[in-house]
Amino acid sequence: MALIDLANPTRFLRLVNAVLPWLAAATAILFAIGLYRAVGAPDDYQQGATVKIMFLHVPAAWLGMMGWGLMSVAALGTLVWRHPLADVAGKAAAPIGAAFTFICLVTGSLWGRPTWGTYWVWDARLTSMLVLLLLYLGVLALYWTAEDPGRGARAAAILSLVGAVNLPIIKFSVDWWNTLHQPASILRTGGSAIDPSILTPLLIMAAAFTCLFFTLHLAVMRNEILRRRVRTMQLMEAQRFAEAGA
Amino acid sequence: MSLGPHADFIIASYALTAFVIAAMVAWVVLDYSAQRRVLGELEERGVGRRARNEGQS
Repeated sequence: MALIDLANPTRFLRLVNAVLPWLAAATAILFAIGLYRAVGAPDDYQQGATVKIMFLHVPAAWLGMMGWGLMSVAALGTLVWRHPLADVAGKAAAPIGAAFTFICLVTGSLWGRPTWGTYWVWDARLTSMLVLLLLYLGVLALYWTAEDPGRGARAAAILSLVGAVNLPIIKFSVDWWNTLHQPASILRTGGSAIDPSILTPLLIMAAAFTCLFFTLHLAVMRNEILRRRVRTMQLMEAQRFAEAGA
Repeated sequence: MSLGPHADFIIASYALTAFVIAAMVAWVVLDYSAQRRVLGELEERGVGRRARNEGQS
């Protein structure tokens, strides 16, 4: 099957129905292993047991950013190629990305209180992550409030592309500005600065969160395709009633 | 396993994450069954079938 064949929603639904149970099973297995390893991970020499919050916070941050990256690529598909599934993919990613960004911000606050002594500071990393959440809410508002779904989709796609500017700001904020948030300790030149006893469960949890993201994304895309079918059929039915009444 | 003096923060983080994930899963599952139900009702009334037949004629 060529990639372009997936542009057909019926073929895409068939693929989703086949893939989804396997992806959901992989998510459950990875979470079981990840949580087992997270519980058994040693305390950090500085953070103590609060390092366990990192097993949630770091993957949620990555996926919050990845969700926006996915929406930006989908936005190109909507605006440039008018790919039939691009808008569906972008719209489906928005609530999931927003949820992961929300998890990242709240778990970060809960980690910050015992470690930094405060729930929140207006530091560049925290603020740019909050901006990401607000951008997600903006895109969701555009989708939910637009009377014409096509116009709402185009407006959301433009905001998705403009908002992509925030992604490098989040990533490099800890290098560009003097922040309370620590610099990159996993994805950095010279390798990870984290001990394998903590890095391994963190990476397994990241894999579990990533599988969860794609499981939810495919499921929400499937729902959105069905919703559009329902809308089309309801419009057809209304038109038939109108013609019969005329 | 001891979570030390900051156990409340750790438990709250895991509880919140579990709640958000459970809410997302519930929303997806309920939305799926709702769309399937409405689609089934419309097909039962012959909306899709009639349109297809009209398209073929």
